[in-house]
Amino acid sequence: MIPKNFEYFVPHSIDEAISLLEKYGEDAKLMAGGQSLIPLMKLGLGFFKNIISIERIPNLSYIKEIKEGGVAIGNLTTHSMIENSDLIKSKYPLLAEAASAIADVQVRNRGTIGGNLCHAEPAADYPPVMVALDAKFKVIGPKGERTIKAGDFITDIFTTNLEYNEILKEIILPIVPPKTGGAYLRLCKRSGDSAIISVASVITLDDKNNCETVNITLGAVGPIPIKAELAERMLLGKNLNEIRLSDISEKASEAAEPNSDIHASKEYRKDMIKVFTKKCLELAINRARGDGIQNETQN
Amino acid sequence: MKHKIKVKVNGTVYENEVEPRLLLVHFIRDVLGLKGTHIGCVASKCGACTVIYNGMSVKSCTMFAVQADGGEILSIEGLAKNGQLHPLQEAFWENHALQCGYCTPGMIMSAYSLLETNSKPTEKEIRKGISGNLCRCTGYVNIVKAIENAAERLNK
Repeated sequence: MIPKNFEYFVPHSIDEAISLLEKYGEDAKLMAGGQSLIPLMKLGLGFFKNIISIERIPNLSYIKEIKEGGVAIGNLTTHSMIENSDLIKSKYPLLAEAASAIADVQVRNRGTIGGNLCHAEPAADYPPVMVALDAKFKVIGPKGERTIKAGDFITDIFTTNLEYNEILKEIILPIVPPKTGGAYLRLCKRSGDSAIISVASVITLDDKNNCETVNITLGAVGPIPIKAELAERMLLGKNLNEIRLSDISEKASEAAEPNSDIHASKEYRKDMIKVFTKKCLELAINRARGDGIQNETQN
Repeated sequence: MKHKIKVKVNGTVYENEVEPRLLLVHFIRDVLGLKGTHIGCVASKCGACTVIYNGMSVKSCTMFAVQADGGEILSIEGLAKNGQLHPLQEAFWENHALQCGYCTPGMIMSAYSLLETNSKPTEKEIRKGISGNLCRCTGYVNIVKAIENAAERLNK
């Protein structure tokens, strides 16, 4: 459980971090809170000659409203900050739900949203939420900044769209129209375990309770988050009076071809997508209608 | 290459040269000799190694000592003052909140962190607050009781 030795760098600016990435290329690895990376290094599953710890770079830990509307989150913002943020809880409850589902208090105190997203673990909680929210990622490299859509960011297991010399700097959540509701639900065996399946949904209603926009994204059932597009289409433009959530959930479960593994069989996963999509849509619709107090969800 | 670090632990400043791969828990136990912080799974699961780092509970097996440079740590040894146990320690003792005692230092540090941010936690909040700490003697009922009791003592 003692990792192989490595060189350790503590840049104090993004520019300094990028020049270290350029210098060490494939032999370098960025570390934020280290809550995924350090366990990998201890198990010998990951070895990196040069660790570039970015946690001392100032002004990257924040949650703030931006003038175009929406909210910006700095890459070093911890899961604890997100789960406890009143702004996130009121505008993007599904993101607060995802943050509070991650591991346990101690890990959430150290782990960061940027680190979690860049690690691109298939069972991670943020990726499906980011896709459902249509978030954008601001990325910075030697040539300057570019923006990547959440749906294009993770490309495969543990793989992102980032170039070797780029850093994810900021997550931008779009403005929330009135009558929008979202929810994130996941199945796991014990508190703090990785998700066996997860569902994130965001729904916006118009004045007559027709579904104006619909996002349903499945997590942990493939290498990258899966948008249940056929299920979304069954809801889009429909009035809440004319839909059957059980049909839509059934359709959502057809979007994924999960694997069987030690945690669950393929069939069980597909069944659970049905159950959790239905619950998730109910919660999102209730929130969009502003019905009463937001239900407390199980994590 | 070794790195020079300066860390304040339980009020005392320590300056040491460490390899980057040295885990914070090994630094606390083997370099500083503070054996109250336990090593359980070393895999970020059990919470036996929990300490307070810059005011927040962390798993010291999932942090390198170099990351703590310039920071402040509170470990179980820093709770008692002038020979007087901390109310959490007294409550654990009096409520029989331990059997073998292995998880106790980490459990108490997690409870400490919880009570710092929430002085009157409900039973559910306590259970969520210590969900990163495992007790293999299945003593959770009395641990929860002890934390409720410690909260009462601290609010007096």
